Amino acid sequence: MPGITREEVAHLARLARLELKGEELDHFAGQLDDIIGAVARVSEVADQDVPPTSHPLPLTNVMRADEVRPSLTPEQALSGAPAQEQQRFKVPQILGED
Amino acid sequence: MTVTTDLASYEDALATYDPVMGLEVHVELGTKTKMFCGCSTELGADANSQTCPVCLGLPGSLPVVNAIGVESAVKIGLALHCEIAEWCRFARKNYFYPDMPKNFQTSQYDEPIAFNGYLDVQLEDGEVFRVEIERAHMEEDTGKSTHVGGATGRIHGASHSLLDYNRAGIPLIEIVTKPIEGAGQRAPEVAKAYVAELRELIKALGVSEARMEMGQMRCDVNLSLRPHGTETFGTRSETKNVNSLRSVERAARYEIQRHAAVLSSGGTIVQETRHFHEEDGSTTAGRIKDNAEDYRYFPEPDLVPVAPAREWVEELRKGLPELPRVRRNRLREEWGVSEHDMQSILNAGAVDLIAATIEEGADAASARKWWMGELARSANESGRALDELAITPSQVARVTALVAAGDLNDKLARQVIDGVLKGEGDPDTVVEKRGLKVVSDEGALTAAVDEAIAANAAIADKIRSGKVAAAGALVGAVMKATRGQADAARVKELILQKLGVEG
Repeated sequence: MPGITREEVAHLARLARLELKGEELDHFAGQLDDIIGAVARVSEVADQDVPPTSHPLPLTNVMRADEVRPSLTPEQALSGAPAQEQQRFKVPQILGED
Repeated sequence: MTVTTDLASYEDALATYDPVMGLEVHVELGTKTKMFCGCSTELGADANSQTCPVCLGLPGSLPVVNAIGVESAVKIGLALHCEIAEWCRFARKNYFYPDMPKNFQTSQYDEPIAFNGYLDVQLEDGEVFRVEIERAHMEEDTGKSTHVGGATGRIHGASHSLLDYNRAGIPLIEIVTKPIEGAGQRAPEVAKAYVAELRELIKALGVSEARMEMGQMRCDVNLSLRPHGTETFGTRSETKNVNSLRSVERAARYEIQRHAAVLSSGGTIVQETRHFHEEDGSTTAGRIKDNAEDYRYFPEPDLVPVAPAREWVEELRKGLPELPRVRRNRLREEWGVSEHDMQSILNAGAVDLIAATIEEGADAASARKWWMGELARSANESGRALDELAITPSQVARVTALVAAGDLNDKLARQVIDGVLKGEGDPDTVVEKRGLKVVSDEGALTAAVDEAIAANAAIADKIRSGKVAAAGALVGAVMKATRGQADAARVKELILQKLGVEG
């Protein structure tokens, strides 16, 4: 059993900037445990000779030439921003991390 | 904000502890476009005028890697004597910070494109120190934040921040050393020499201009101390974004002294990032480092793996330029200068300029004389780098050719250079406009010599009686009369000839 602890859920919540209540921590610990348990079953059928798959298609080296293509205008770029100032994206105070 | 930090003396720190360093250098590539989209990387554009759905991370957009970005990474890896991965993937480094609109940075995690290399660096006294390279991987730069409402543009106390994403997505190569051990008291010097050598290498490869003052190359200094005779590394601090060679040395030195003071008083070092302060060379605490697992790296599904073909890698290897240190040693011998002089030439940023001037036909001594003398002085006075002066190696070579041909003497040559620097045109134009030709018209010279002899009869007599050294006074008089435009050697010949004395 993976056994996701309450503390691990709290840590993940912090990384994801989610505010969770005490009972939610317990609730999600159980749910995450179930999910990880289900996914872990994959490793039961995947033997040593089956490499983990990140890309379903056998493609490599898809590259583009270093040629400039038109960008969006600043107006277009900012059109979906909830707030802007001085032609820049305006974001709330960044938590005292730095 | 005043924080007093206890520092041990550098000597005391080194007497008790052995420093171990790890250097992470980010190099912004000089590609025309970003790493994963076709937006321009040109500096100085209007805010948010160089973005697109890919670098803004809009839904449905699909990144495609820049071929020159990959090629540059392989070149850097090869020049650092690294192995080049047969197959590697990009990875998402997840974090919450508005400098990346995607909420992750596309990077590489456990499959760097280049790994296991080294770079030999030469210290000022000629000692060669080998710095082992752990890896070089591809990633992208972040956007630029401006913090508003705080005291001095700092994040503390800011009410909000403004983001310009023009820089987000510009190709970066991160080069990470293995732990640098055994440098002892020379650790700060090794750190500086390593970054300097890496910068020369990057420039020689032509993959970036690597101008630290413009943020095109930035260094993070990881440092820890362990008591002499122990193997286990101490806890490290990571001083971020140290952006000049001098600062790299100062940051390492400061951290050695700070760690020593903490450890000696029985304290423990916190694993954290530190900010470097240019004004006084100190560092202050930043944030507590997240663990690698907190970034929840996973393979980037939108970019296919990169598998550099062996033939292509070998082709790139063949095309590598001579490594800067090897080239410097070769040039040093060709130019006949000492280690110390070569170091000064390197520090002045004059190696390429002198080499180019020689290629344009100048002799080594003259090329070096002008760049390290007159031109270095001029650069210094105007606070610019030598290669930012308004004169080209070919123009300097032309000046030396004019001197060699006897058309200019040194004094006039300095005036020609002054004219070129002031934008009056190329050397021949300046000579023409300012009328700076050495007087080689024998008639005019002979007249000036006759006058000088007539006006200084007593000296002329001395010379006639064999005191050849006295001729200097007459040469001086002729030079004065011709406003310095005569060829002094020819004047002396003429004087001695007139007075019937063999030189």
